[in-house]
Amino acid sequence: MLDLTYEAPKPKVIQGAKHDWELVIGLEVHAQVASRAKLFSGASTQFGAEPNSNVAFVDAGMPGMLPVINEGCVALAVKTGLGLKAKINLVSAFDRKNYFYPDLPQGYQISQLYHPIVGEGEVLVDMAPGIARLVRIERIHLEQDAGKSIHDMDPNMSFVDLNRTGVALMEIVSRPDIRGPEEAAAYVGKLRQIMRYLGTCDGNMQNGNLRADVNVSVCRPGDYEKYQETQDFSHLGTRCEIKNMNSMRFIQQAIEVEARRQIAILEDGGTVVQETRLYDPDKGETRSMRSKEEAHDYRYFPCPDLLPLEIEQDFVDGIAAGLPELPDEKKARFVLDYGMTEYDAGVLTADVENAVYFEEVARGRDGKLAANWVINELFGRLKKDEKTIGESPVSPQQLGGIIELIGKGDISGKIAKDLFEIVYVEGGDPAEIVESRGMRQVTDTGAIEAAVDQIIADNPAQVEKAKVNPKLAGWFVGQVMKATGGKANPAAVNQIVAAKLGL
Amino acid sequence: MSIDTETAARVAKLARIKVEPADLPALASEFNTILGFIEQLNEVDVEGVEPMTGVTPMRLKRREDVVTDGNQQKAVLANAPDAREGFFAVPKVVE
Repeated sequence: MLDLTYEAPKPKVIQGAKHDWELVIGLEVHAQVASRAKLFSGASTQFGAEPNSNVAFVDAGMPGMLPVINEGCVALAVKTGLGLKAKINLVSAFDRKNYFYPDLPQGYQISQLYHPIVGEGEVLVDMAPGIARLVRIERIHLEQDAGKSIHDMDPNMSFVDLNRTGVALMEIVSRPDIRGPEEAAAYVGKLRQIMRYLGTCDGNMQNGNLRADVNVSVCRPGDYEKYQETQDFSHLGTRCEIKNMNSMRFIQQAIEVEARRQIAILEDGGTVVQETRLYDPDKGETRSMRSKEEAHDYRYFPCPDLLPLEIEQDFVDGIAAGLPELPDEKKARFVLDYGMTEYDAGVLTADVENAVYFEEVARGRDGKLAANWVINELFGRLKKDEKTIGESPVSPQQLGGIIELIGKGDISGKIAKDLFEIVYVEGGDPAEIVESRGMRQVTDTGAIEAAVDQIIADNPAQVEKAKVNPKLAGWFVGQVMKATGGKANPAAVNQIVAAKLGL
Repeated sequence: MSIDTETAARVAKLARIKVEPADLPALASEFNTILGFIEQLNEVDVEGVEPMTGVTPMRLKRREDVVTDGNQQKAVLANAPDAREGFFAVPKVVE
């Protein structure tokens, strides 16, 4: 069986002034669908275009324009659902969510309140080797994104860009299964990882392509277990929703700050009011978005411009057949096939590009050695230069070449590091570099013996000391390595030094 | 269900339709007439009947995921009361 076993992490406990509290967290993650065109128009989704240039008249809410659904977006939503082991609804429908805002020219957002395309699923959120939280997904629905308002270009005006208006979003709604700020960030990270494997969302949080609304409430230890038994929310505290966060760090900070705010109110004898709040990272506080409260009356109704979305089981099966290996399976397979630790497997599968790179290096070679080199040398070196794996100057073939040279005993581990640096900076074929620069390891015992004899002859005092203290053999090994420019095979040197010293 | 003038005022506000206070009673009364008709429809037993979504047997029309539209900034902004540097310019809205 490929499954790695795991235990659930302990919930985070916050000590209040009077007693202990636990957190209950649920997230709504908005993930931009990685489609070329928008959900209901043929305008491009490309980021960073001239303002209002990726806009069709449908997106601008011009009278008489009708939405036509992008089948590619439907396929990507289904794929995401399958990746989260979720139920795919063959019939779903679109509703209008009505509100007024300058960046929403239609006056409503087309969404799926009553019949989402994806139903219940689950995500395993890894916290540490052997520790993971299973988070239930309630639903995923397709909806339109709004435009972008810019408030700092003019003191009296807001500027509106509709390029993002109508771009397809997947809203992924979790159950309140998350029990701490770190888990919440790890959950978003896991969704991001899975969607990047699937190619359904690029996960770029800086560009706002992945954002989260976080629902936070606090309860006394033991209350959550009662909720779990009964699924009765009355055992939990009143929640507040913190809107629109696009950084893992802010998600964690906002949850912590909001939980402490609620605890202070409750311990003071007050009650938490259910409301929408905004996190201010500069002040380190959440504050009420009062203006949102009235707008909460969205007057949803089925969108009269769109028939229900009916998809066939064959369509779903076709997408299921093309699913790539997902992070959990890949990680388990790396542990099994390459004999690496779960930690290393986690590092190598964190991003699909890392995993692909590693497998190219490891193919037909020593997997464990390949894992060490990719994680320690390559990732370390790339990090130093702030480069991504895609920008690596060393190709998998080149790194594989270095590993082959180590495996054959042509170069020592130390020389390999020098060789790696040369390949990294100058490029070239590792085997050729070893030949042309005379880096080949000396395995010729005659040459090593000569070097050992020379060192022994030059250092009679050290020889005497070594006879009393055998640990000093290491000094001789070091001298020999130095004399041979690090090219002597260390195992052979150890053996010969010991023999010659009579240890 | 009965709509009073207060509810009528709220619905008008949510829809951003300006209604003079003097007109609210008449508006509320119209709402009530409409809702009364719907209540009448609610008397029909539709248990087990699929909701009808159209009168012709049609499948939702789809497009391929191909960029076919856009690059018409001027046309998009043509009706804007105010536009600057390619943006719609609107009275300041800040949270």
